[in-house]
Amino acid sequence: MKAAWAFITRWATWLGVRWRAGVVLMVFAFAAVMLLGRAVQLQVTERDFYAEQGGDRQQRVQTIAAHRGMITDRHGEPLAISVAMHAIWIDPKVIGAHPEAVTRLAKILDQPAAELQRRVREYGSRRFLYVARQVRPSLAEAVRAAKLPGVGLKREYKRFYPTADVTAPLLGFANIDDEGLAGIELSFDELLAGTPGKRRILKDGDGREIVDLGVVQAARPGQDLALSIDRRLQYLAYRELSRAVEEHDALGGSATLMNVATGEVLAMASAPSFNPNNRAAIDPSLTRHHSIVDQFEPGSAVKPFTVAAALASGRWQPSDTVDTAPGYRRVGGFTIHDHRNYGTLDMTGLLEKSSNIGASMLAEDLGAQVIWNTYRGLGFGQVTGVGFPGEASGSLSLWRDWRVADTAAHSYGYGLAVTPLQLASAYVALGNGGQFVAPSLLRLDDPPETRPVFEPEVADRVVGMLRSVVSPTGTAPEAAVTGFQVAGKTGTVRRLGEGGYSRTDYNTVFAGLAPASDPRLALVVVLHRPNAGKVYAGDVAAPVFQRVMSGALRMLNIRPDNLPELPAGQIAGDLPSVVADSNRSREAG
Amino acid sequence: MASDRLQPMRLGDRLGATLRSVFKLDPVLLFFVALIAMIGVVAGYSAAEQSEAWVERSIVRLGLGFGLMLLIAQIPQRWYFVVAPWLFAVVVLMLVAVWLVGDMGGGAKRWLDLGVIRFQPAELMKVAMPMTIAWFLARRPLPPRPLDVLAAMLAVGIPTVLIAGQPDLGSSLLIMASGLFVLFFAGLSWWYIGGFVALVAAAMPVMWFFVMHAYQKQRVLTLFDPTSDPLGAGYHTIQSMIAIGSGGVWGKGWLQGTQSHLDFLPEGTTDFILAVYAEEFGLVGLLVLFLLYLAVIWRGLWIAEHAESVEGRLLAASISMTFMVYVLVNAGMVLGLLPVVGAPLPLMSYGGTALVTIMVGLGMLMSIRTQRSFLGHDR
Repeated sequence: MKAAWAFITRWATWLGVRWRAGVVLMVFAFAAVMLLGRAVQLQVTERDFYAEQGGDRQQRVQTIAAHRGMITDRHGEPLAISVAMHAIWIDPKVIGAHPEAVTRLAKILDQPAAELQRRVREYGSRRFLYVARQVRPSLAEAVRAAKLPGVGLKREYKRFYPTADVTAPLLGFANIDDEGLAGIELSFDELLAGTPGKRRILKDGDGREIVDLGVVQAARPGQDLALSIDRRLQYLAYRELSRAVEEHDALGGSATLMNVATGEVLAMASAPSFNPNNRAAIDPSLTRHHSIVDQFEPGSAVKPFTVAAALASGRWQPSDTVDTAPGYRRVGGFTIHDHRNYGTLDMTGLLEKSSNIGASMLAEDLGAQVIWNTYRGLGFGQVTGVGFPGEASGSLSLWRDWRVADTAAHSYGYGLAVTPLQLASAYVALGNGGQFVAPSLLRLDDPPETRPVFEPEVADRVVGMLRSVVSPTGTAPEAAVTGFQVAGKTGTVRRLGEGGYSRTDYNTVFAGLAPASDPRLALVVVLHRPNAGKVYAGDVAAPVFQRVMSGALRMLNIRPDNLPELPAGQIAGDLPSVVADSNRSREAG
Repeated sequence: MASDRLQPMRLGDRLGATLRSVFKLDPVLLFFVALIAMIGVVAGYSAAEQSEAWVERSIVRLGLGFGLMLLIAQIPQRWYFVVAPWLFAVVVLMLVAVWLVGDMGGGAKRWLDLGVIRFQPAELMKVAMPMTIAWFLARRPLPPRPLDVLAAMLAVGIPTVLIAGQPDLGSSLLIMASGLFVLFFAGLSWWYIGGFVALVAAAMPVMWFFVMHAYQKQRVLTLFDPTSDPLGAGYHTIQSMIAIGSGGVWGKGWLQGTQSHLDFLPEGTTDFILAVYAEEFGLVGLLVLFLLYLAVIWRGLWIAEHAESVEGRLLAASISMTFMVYVLVNAGMVLGLLPVVGAPLPLMSYGGTALVTIMVGLGMLMSIRTQRSFLGHDR
């Protein structure tokens, strides 16, 4: 203590003041040292922290929305495009202090001012609130020019679907933040979305953007995606399908058109559909694509594969016959019925009349494992790998678990479930000389890998037999296409209800290939539970097949293989009329 | 040769003598005060976003302030003490008037509207208080006797309570301090001082629970954790600390401070000018500024020490001490060590009333230094 007084007194004397003043000076000096200590703490020890804090407050990293890639059809025609728009947002805390700015903003945006003021009050403590999304550029420029405090703009994109409901269930849709929510938009979201960029800005205490410090990382736009779809064929398939769904009062339906050589899906329509351009009105129940997400018992549509398996086994020749009299047959405690008593049928007749009894006899002879192997080889019971969200795998139980009746049922398409896409792929294999090609929703630049399921002779034979189905004596004369040979098969399948198979409700399917002499296209048309009187596939699905297939063959300029006999020398002169015809229908599409 | 070398010294001497005898100014004090005021303009120019109009206004104000100082310095010191008791009485009456019919300004009754001018009597009291107590004690034997101490305490207490009730806690504490400093320099016994310190310690809880308003409590609470209310009461402190801290040792350079220029730091030209200064001139700049303030206070105390009369000595010491308290409170506030009270930084903060008070005080210091009945040879 004494030493301290002595110290103070000595300094005070030196400074020329007496000791009370000396004490005061020392107090000031001490306080000043404390304050400087604090300054050292702030400016030296914790400097980086505060510098960073300052930076955090002044600098903002804004994300730059990346342009979402375009989805096109196989010819580059846009199916989904992103258009540049702006979002207008406010900082309620800042704009709340400027009521006149709220009024002006409301005026520019043509919103009720009272409502905007209410929102500013309600969210007064927040720092970010969207007031308008996907605003057109001219309006955004007006907002920018007004330079209102606490009002910001953000570049964003609006997704637009030119083909609307035609492609809607296939493409799915992206939400307001440009994130894919369904369909192709979802499954290829990563590719389409791109990488948002970063931009550093300097802002003031009122949150207004002062200086653009430049782009830290440029937004990388998403990649464009070319689908295997042909927009004209898609339009055709959708038009005919939705018309039929309406006409037959069906629950829904699908049309799947595939390129036989490559497995590319050229059209895949689903009805009923929705308008993806009006997101608010989307009914989620309409967004499922019946070709991929729905599975159903294919019924008689798989009989060609049973026949093919029989021919492939070597135990059956095309000319071999089965006796289906008297039109019913008991197998393992169950009775199998034909539509009527067809008597003795050869292989062609079996398919032409769609005899369940005939198919069951072949299956019984071949055994469960052979049927199972055939179906498995055709891709039944497995996802196709097209990468569509929610794709159904179908179901194919293991042959070891099959009882005798199960083997019989599988031979004519009951007890298993397939998606229309799987069925179309199976027909592609049949039309492609027995070579299975995995289906693709994307345009392929290289020929895909194939896998043999049947010998080429067997496949060609069955395709030849299937031509009789569309003959006047077959089950689906309405599927015949003028000028072309068509190979196909009907399926009229009882729907599973609560008490087993229904006697009144059916699914109808027609699956076929054209031209039959050298199949180029495979088409599967499915209509679920037609409810307007006609229930047979030949009356419901076959006409849709005929219209879509004939249109597709013409649009693709596929050479007719079934022109009426013409006098020699006139063939060349007649062909242009076919071409002209195809041009007409293209214009119509 | 020798005379050549001496030439500039003689010139300086002549300048000093002229300032002293003709303008009645103390050259040493004037030098430091002018230097701080210049720094204030330089820092303020940056804080005011390089507005030349602001600089003009600021220089005009400072000019008027220095003019006022010059004017006050012309008054012989004994006149102060003739006026003091009357001034004190008038200001107390004004405070009562404010209490009864005061103008509401910013939610508090502080202003008195005399039709022509509208002003805060509390500012006048800052001048009147030390003068009056000095006048009172100087006429009695020193160190003061208990009864005189009691009387002085009463004279200090009444205006303090009136001003605290406006409510203007910051001013009332400063005024109380300016009165008590006189008592301290009058040789008040350390027993009294110890007792007073104990009393203050005891009064703190009482103040907290019964006297202080919610906003004042909030300021104190925020001091302990500014981040508890970053957008409210803690906002000033946090922004100020960020500004100072990001300045570092050497500062960001003049006009380079970002916190203040981007409007994050409020009151950049007034109460928080020190933060702007520290951001741009760093720790080194702060050190220089503190040394300048220390010099002003030292010169003030030195003037007190060498005053001719007892009352002059007491008044000069009190003025210096009050000046010191201003600096410490403002710096403590800006550095986040004291609550945010509206205390300006003398000579640097831009503001009319505070500048007037400071300049009047400095003018009186000048007068006490230069207006002597006979001039000694002590520098």
